[in-house]
Amino acid sequence: MTTMIEVKGVEKQFTLHNQGGASFDVLKGNDLSVTAGECVVLHGQSGAGKSTLLKALYANYKVNNGSISLRDGEELVDITTALPRRIIALRERTLGYVSQFLRVIPRVPTLQVVMQPLLDLGEEEAVCEAKAKELLSRLNVPQRLWTLAPSTFSGGEQQRVNIARGFIVDYPILLLDEPTASLDAANRRVVVELIDEAKQRGAAIVGIFHDEDVREAVADRLVDLRAL
Amino acid sequence: MNEVQSWQDIEPLLSVRNLTKFYSPGKGCGDVSFDLYPGEVLGIVGESGSGKSTLLNSLSNRLRPDSGEILYNSEQFGELNLYAAEESERRILMRSEWGIVHQHARDGLRMNVSAGANIGERLMAVGERHYGDIRQRALQWLEAVEIEAGRIDDKPSQFSGGMQQRLQIARNLVTHPRLIFMDEPTGGLDVSVQARLLDLLRNLVANLGLSVIIVTHDLAVARLLAHRLMVMRRGEVVESGLTDQVLDDPQHPYTQLLVSSILQN
Repeated sequence: MTTMIEVKGVEKQFTLHNQGGASFDVLKGNDLSVTAGECVVLHGQSGAGKSTLLKALYANYKVNNGSISLRDGEELVDITTALPRRIIALRERTLGYVSQFLRVIPRVPTLQVVMQPLLDLGEEEAVCEAKAKELLSRLNVPQRLWTLAPSTFSGGEQQRVNIARGFIVDYPILLLDEPTASLDAANRRVVVELIDEAKQRGAAIVGIFHDEDVREAVADRLVDLRAL
Repeated sequence: MNEVQSWQDIEPLLSVRNLTKFYSPGKGCGDVSFDLYPGEVLGIVGESGSGKSTLLNSLSNRLRPDSGEILYNSEQFGELNLYAAEESERRILMRSEWGIVHQHARDGLRMNVSAGANIGERLMAVGERHYGDIRQRALQWLEAVEIEAGRIDDKPSQFSGGMQQRLQIARNLVTHPRLIFMDEPTGGLDVSVQARLLDLLRNLVANLGLSVIIVTHDLAVARLLAHRLMVMRRGEVVESGLTDQVLDDPQHPYTQLLVSSILQN
């Protein structure tokens, strides 16, 4: 199988310069390898560094040591040394990330929020709209909300909008940071289906899931991160 | 993989090398270097007095630096070493390929002529002569920045602050510039007006593939618009990188202080 993610010896230390220079190690020499079509679930107690590793995989957090190589077509890109514009290009086509919370942009309606990543790739508007509507329907976001900006939505509704946005592009690599945290059982099942479909088309997925049922349904492998 | 190759072949639009301009020690900007690529939005953040505006003025041909180089890849003139270039070339650049959005709209508009004339003037400066065409283009741009067509003959002094700012943007964009400099474009506007302007800017920048250098002290504005950030303090760039990385995992003590000073909602 094609390796999509190759993490070697990643170290991450946080230093709080304005709080007496307090510093703590969160990742200490972690390795991780994920192949196409595989879903790896990060496991470990709170504070073990699950979210930190996921954010490092998205180049949202900087690591102090080690390498994180992501496959972009024929190329392996080490995102710990890549230029910002290389990472932006990677995020557009290759690397998707669904966080726990939607970052709402004032005035932008739900349908547009969901469509945007696919529109940015140059896909036709009608195609993007159809796919966005399909995802919102599957995730049980009521149709009357689609034309509204999600700023006033409930936490669960915002999260489902966020999931729809994260799944609108068929990213070869997908990072999921507790996407089911405030969802009911029915919607958790929809997310499990979406993850299964992504795996079937060959996506490499790394996720954090607190619900045991979701974890068991999607995980091919659990990776244990021990708190230091 | 064609996409990946074309991605690597692109030349920078602007290359800045060791740019330095000091009024007095610690006042100005020192030794700034970066490349800006087509379609990229670079945010310059920092507190007042950090040298952001000095840097922006130097970059945008309005303040000759003490030392350093600005190389611009011009559509009309090829590679241009900005402050070594002919005055005439620089003037043409300023009214065609470049645009400047000032914090105070009155610095970028002519307040005593109509909105239509404000937009048309820049078109005439690049050689447009047909009155009907110019008026038509002015109308299109008023619509693009959400100003009613019926206001075309009104003077900017009759507009609200937000409308003036949108008019200034239309005036800049009408000649299809490739590079826009913005100095606190939402500063001094009400929050509701800011949101509308930001939304507009975000769409225009993405749809037109503009390269933008934007100075702001508002980190939320920076997060929304900029692909990457440079953080300035006392005239120096203390940190730079991908916008969300700089804001979510700031490395430098000063950036950490800036980020931690924002109220969370």
